[in-house]
Amino acid sequence: MEWRTEFTRDQENQIEEALMTVKDPEIDSISVIELGMIELIKGCHNQVSIYVLPTFMGCPALDIIKSNILKAVSSLSWLEQAAVFFIYDPPWTSDRVTEEGRERLKEFGIAPPPEKIDETGEWHVACPYCESIYTTMDNLFGPTACRSILYCKACKNPFEAMKPVSTLM
Amino acid sequence: MTEQLSDKSKQALINLLYQLADDDFILAFRGSEWLGLAPHIEEDVAYSSINQDTMGHAAMFYKLLEDLGEGDVDELSHARKSTLRKNAVMLELANGPGHYLKEPNYDWAFTVVRNYYYSQAKKVKIDSLKQSSYKPLADAAVKVSMELYYHLLHWTVWFKQLIQAGGEAKEKMINAIKKAEADFGDVLSLGPLAEDIVQSGFIESETVLTQAFHKRMDPVFQGLSIPYSGRFQQINGKGRYGEHTEELVQALDTINEVYKINPKAVW
Repeated sequence: MEWRTEFTRDQENQIEEALMTVKDPEIDSISVIELGMIELIKGCHNQVSIYVLPTFMGCPALDIIKSNILKAVSSLSWLEQAAVFFIYDPPWTSDRVTEEGRERLKEFGIAPPPEKIDETGEWHVACPYCESIYTTMDNLFGPTACRSILYCKACKNPFEAMKPVSTLM
Repeated sequence: MTEQLSDKSKQALINLLYQLADDDFILAFRGSEWLGLAPHIEEDVAYSSINQDTMGHAAMFYKLLEDLGEGDVDELSHARKSTLRKNAVMLELANGPGHYLKEPNYDWAFTVVRNYYYSQAKKVKIDSLKQSSYKPLADAAVKVSMELYYHLLHWTVWFKQLIQAGGEAKEKMINAIKKAEADFGDVLSLGPLAEDIVQSGFIESETVLTQAFHKRMDPVFQGLSIPYSGRFQQINGKGRYGEHTEELVQALDTINEVYKINPKAVW
């Protein structure tokens, strides 16, 4: 997340705090910052522009996220104008999810995206409940565009995992 | 960025974007008609997810058109008549006899073949578009590529397994391949402005794209021990030139039913 503003450190902190309250509408434990969706924040005086990277293109949550960001920053009384732009460069990739974010996903019962993908394209997912890697893929596609459905053979729980996406694909 | 484009280049770019947008739009719609009808529950989840992605790609291409002054995205996707559509005819053909609400005798083999061929062709185009001289399109291609990766994995499994199953499955697949190839020429066509599109560096030529396509398909067919014809026709019309079937007209009527009630509604 890059800042290109004339704001004071305190003002930037306030914006960041406001953005931390904006959660993924479909995974309400994780914020847009933790998901790595906020690329750039520009601003001066009483205006701010927030540049956001969409995760999956067909994600119906994008419009909701946009309006929730606007709502959150408009709670700051010193800001008079706010705008949100979706940009594609750089592309959002699953390695942008922060360490904190990975923990928040697990809290929700979703395994974070694998950090490493083998050259063969294989990836391993640990169960978000018991950490076992004795898991099987039930469906590469899940209830939302960004998730797959898996099953843990150790604790016998079905769970979801965030799909890895990278520019190598 | 757009002010740097000559008028000729801009028209070529707009034409190409309509092809890309309309292709994804109509195929995603045909896919959505399978909702609840796919061969099993996991496929229902997977296919609807793929359709959602694909509709997202269409929305992104329509947005690029909106940015070039072509009008509002909802209008571009919903309000354009069939004669203005630039999608390939193979993608508009009905899933099979019947209607999704009444006796849908849809053809799963044709669906698998259509999606597999289309995903392979889309992969070839997207790889080329990553080097597009129009930066917003190149950026979009990088996004699409990451999702297309999963679509291609999915349709490859279906394509290979149904053929390897032999018997009736293989027979239906061979027939579906014939049906798809009879209109597939359209998918690899860049339409009436092909020359300008290529000269402006928006995408590589039909010849280059077609060769890249053969290079991907040939080994797959060899591995499956079935002949690869590599010859494609356009028997039901040339979609890039606005020639379409009655099946597209019917599809658009269905898609637009809600939109027409109140075109100003916010989606």
